Amino acid sequence: MSGQSNYVPTTAFGKWMHARLPIYALMKETALDFPTPKNLNYWWTFGGILAMMLVVQIVTGIVLVMHFTPHVDMAFNSKELITRDVNYGWLIQKLHETGASMFFIAVYIHMFRGLYYGSYKAPREVLWMIGVIIYLIMMATAFMGYVLPWGQMSFWGAKVITNLFSAIPFVGPSITTWLWGGYSVDNPTLNRFFSLHYLLPFVLAAVVGLHIWALHVPGNNNPTGVEVKSGQDTLPFHPYYTMKDSFAIAIFLMFFAFWVFYRPDYLGHAINYQQANPLVTPAHIVPEWYYLPFYAMLRAIPSKLGGVLVMFGSILTLFFLPWLDTSRVRSGTYRPLFKGLFWILVIVCILLGYLGSKPAEGNAVWYARILTLYYFVHFYVFLPILGLLESPKPLPSSISDDVLAKSKKHALAPAE
Amino acid sequence: MKKLISLAVTGAVAGLVLAGVSGMARAAEEQKVAKNISFSFEGPFGTFDRQQLQRGYKVYNKVCSNCHSMNLVSFRNLAEAGIFNEAEVKALAASFEGKYKADPDDTGEVKDRNGLPSDHFPAPFANEQAARASNGGAYPPDLSLLARARPGWTGIINQLFWGSGGPQYIYSVLTGYNETPEEGVTCGEGKAFNPYFAGGPCIGMPANGTLSDGGLEFDDGAPNKIEDQAKDVAAFLAWASEPHMEARKSMGFTVMIYLAVLSVLLYLVKKRIWADAH
Repeated sequence: MSGQSNYVPTTAFGKWMHARLPIYALMKETALDFPTPKNLNYWWTFGGILAMMLVVQIVTGIVLVMHFTPHVDMAFNSKELITRDVNYGWLIQKLHETGASMFFIAVYIHMFRGLYYGSYKAPREVLWMIGVIIYLIMMATAFMGYVLPWGQMSFWGAKVITNLFSAIPFVGPSITTWLWGGYSVDNPTLNRFFSLHYLLPFVLAAVVGLHIWALHVPGNNNPTGVEVKSGQDTLPFHPYYTMKDSFAIAIFLMFFAFWVFYRPDYLGHAINYQQANPLVTPAHIVPEWYYLPFYAMLRAIPSKLGGVLVMFGSILTLFFLPWLDTSRVRSGTYRPLFKGLFWILVIVCILLGYLGSKPAEGNAVWYARILTLYYFVHFYVFLPILGLLESPKPLPSSISDDVLAKSKKHALAPAE
Repeated sequence: MKKLISLAVTGAVAGLVLAGVSGMARAAEEQKVAKNISFSFEGPFGTFDRQQLQRGYKVYNKVCSNCHSMNLVSFRNLAEAGIFNEAEVKALAASFEGKYKADPDDTGEVKDRNGLPSDHFPAPFANEQAARASNGGAYPPDLSLLARARPGWTGIINQLFWGSGGPQYIYSVLTGYNETPEEGVTCGEGKAFNPYFAGGPCIGMPANGTLSDGGLEFDDGAPNKIEDQAKDVAAFLAWASEPHMEARKSMGFTVMIYLAVLSVLLYLVKKRIWADAH
């Protein structure tokens, strides 16, 4: 997209096509020749892993739709019959269900990688913000997908989450009724969630296209955070990163396969093997694990509207991140204080997730409040101040210098 | 100094976690942890014991199915899994005489017919209301997915190592009627004390799910005390909840081997390509 290609059509057809639609040139420059910093570590492979997961989810999802019946009386049994009577239905259904969790694991690693290496900073603000939009679309898609099998947790999760909109002053109840298509979560809700769950992944694919476009204009960040200065610093994407990503994808697939084949029910809720019953409320209504930190924040605030605002605020905060972090140094590797705070933030998010999975009683509520407060303090207090206080370590003069220094150290080590 | 600050903060967070975990451990008031008996189908290579499934079917058919439905399982599934052969399944389905509705005939009359292998197991009651009316107000749940819908224990680590313990839960409930209630727990009329029951501690199902020592004779002469019958029916329900479990595990093994070899090859190619990069 920035035109580094040296593609020259050789065949007659290639020349004919190039004069009309230079699609081979585009593919060659974006997927093959694209100059990529030579020092990207394995944390950078999660972009490719995420692209693969999106394809896995769309392909398995399309097959599931061929057999699924989105009706309150039939949805639960039709999902079950897919796993029992459709050829390899048990596999396709589990790949899709577990795939959602894998998608989120990969996206969280991808996001925290961006946080650590300062990938949100100029000139990659738009790239980062598109990423946050992708994350929001993912959350909406996964939420609606979880409702479709119409188990107990599907139903009650849908009820709790859609009810959040009723907290909006004045228009809240009307909005909730409009979302439901009636006066409670019922058949119209299931139908529209089914429709949107099919639509959003394709929106997601389009926004991922924008994300990759926005990546290809400034190019990749890298572990040093130092911009690419010369051709010395980069390698063509193919074969170097296609191979590195392929290897990482194979390892990730093994992790994925472990859950699908050996612990297929671990990442879900047992109670969702029970058909939805609007008259029986489960003892603990808990969302899927990937929403738990936000669920903890929601319940930490005594007022419903406040909880909703804080929960959405925690994600909206990420949009402002490029301007909240005042440090001129990108990579956390060269920022001693930031590095510590980064890992604390990771722990805080995991703890919030843990608290989100527990009943909101007694001390747990107070821990959730403290951790929620810390989350916001990290972004709105620590990050702006840190850039002014912190004295970063000296940066390498270029990516290739850093790589050389590291490989020298590596080569010398055994000799000592 | 900076190190000290980050150390102090990390320490504070860690303290908070410990306090939180211990605080919440006390707040837990769940069903009693199921007895962790072992089954042949556990582990990465575990398979169902066909003899045990035959016995389990007998327990389900003679005892459980008087009150519980199992809507998602068909007679043909018994043949597909090799629990009975096709002729046996045909005879078995046909033994449910007049339990099914035939298609309307030429005059529009709907007659009763016998079961076919393609039929789902018949339900004991026409609807939930009828089931409740016959069971003192309690609704015996459908058994198709019970072994996956009721965890025997909780805990992130427990479930990772031992699975969700559904079959163990069923076994524990069926054999859990002999325990003395804690202080202050009394169960109303028609209810029994059972600490393993998820909706407990009082359960509507009569003692031992109406199983009794030697109440059933097994064709293979296997032991038939309450514990034996409970274990066999728990295994049968585990099969019913996931008839493709064996296919899942065997494919999983193939997939893992394939991916492991592929990963090694990809790594070697990657290493070779990158050798000239620095």
